[in-house]
Amino acid sequence: MIKSVKYILAGTLFGIIMSKSEAISWYRIQEMFRFQSFHMFGIMGTAVITGVIAVWLMKKLKSRDVEGNPISFTDKEKSWRRYLFGGTIFGLGWALTGACPGPVFVLLGQGYLVMIVVIIGSLLGTFVYGLLRHRLPH
Amino acid sequence: MLELIKQPWPWYTSGLAISFIMVILIFFGKSFGFSSNLRTMCSILGAGKWVSFFNFDWKAERWNLLFLIGSVIGGFISANWLQSDVPLNLSEATIQDLQKLNIQFDGNIVPSQLFNWDFLSTGKGLLIFLGGGFLIGFGTRYAGGCTSGHAISGLSNLQIPSLIAVIGFFIGGLVMTHLIFPLLF
Repeated sequence: MIKSVKYILAGTLFGIIMSKSEAISWYRIQEMFRFQSFHMFGIMGTAVITGVIAVWLMKKLKSRDVEGNPISFTDKEKSWRRYLFGGTIFGLGWALTGACPGPVFVLLGQGYLVMIVVIIGSLLGTFVYGLLRHRLPH
Repeated sequence: MLELIKQPWPWYTSGLAISFIMVILIFFGKSFGFSSNLRTMCSILGAGKWVSFFNFDWKAERWNLLFLIGSVIGGFISANWLQSDVPLNLSEATIQDLQKLNIQFDGNIVPSQLFNWDFLSTGKGLLIFLGGGFLIGFGTRYAGGCTSGHAISGLSNLQIPSLIAVIGFFIGGLVMTHLIFPLLF
């Protein structure tokens, strides 16, 4: 029970952070892709810089997780095609809807029920990827 | 305290808070990546019957679905109890660029002229919401992650593949914003 609750709480915190940071804002995403404000770059920059330090520290201190298991980081599979092609396709959708997967659900919670259609679209997209996976360059 | 939280957060607070979420999930023995939930949802809906990619033990991914449910709750809490009266501080240049595309800045988090069922029931509206969702779902799975999995988790672990993915995110976003938007709106 506690095990489940902690993930819901972490998600709730994430939803609040996404809302208050305005990272879920369609307008902010447009502003970012037009390079007209530092806001989104500041958010991502701070997150990455502090994230790099945190990950480095966890490796250095050989940290363990709450269950006592050693924390390990898996390297992403070496390639460039899937990241460049897949990333570009996602970027098109990100700018078009003004939301990435997390914010799609946060906006739904904010009461923008039209996001249900974006979710249906993204499930279809994921399914079609699974269908065509073997024919795509990775 | 509540008044402070209600104000729009400066970028450094937000950035720090996001990496804090990543750190919590690592300490829970998991990793921060939102889009894999879409694969899990396809699997729950029975996609594994047709495509082996969805034939996996989704129960191991239950924690991430709980995180997703939490994010919906977080959005609800923010919209109902943590709203500030200050309109979004969007740059003047963006407001003017959008006006040229006939999209008005209304001070909300998203333009109400687009995010409603009337717009969605037009051909263009359906193309944007359903098509945009499709690109998100297809692209994130193809790239093996989205903003959280690559831009935050991957870059924090200094992964070159994640850097390539983030460059892709921007190529796509720039093409959509500067080349396709003028044709759409």
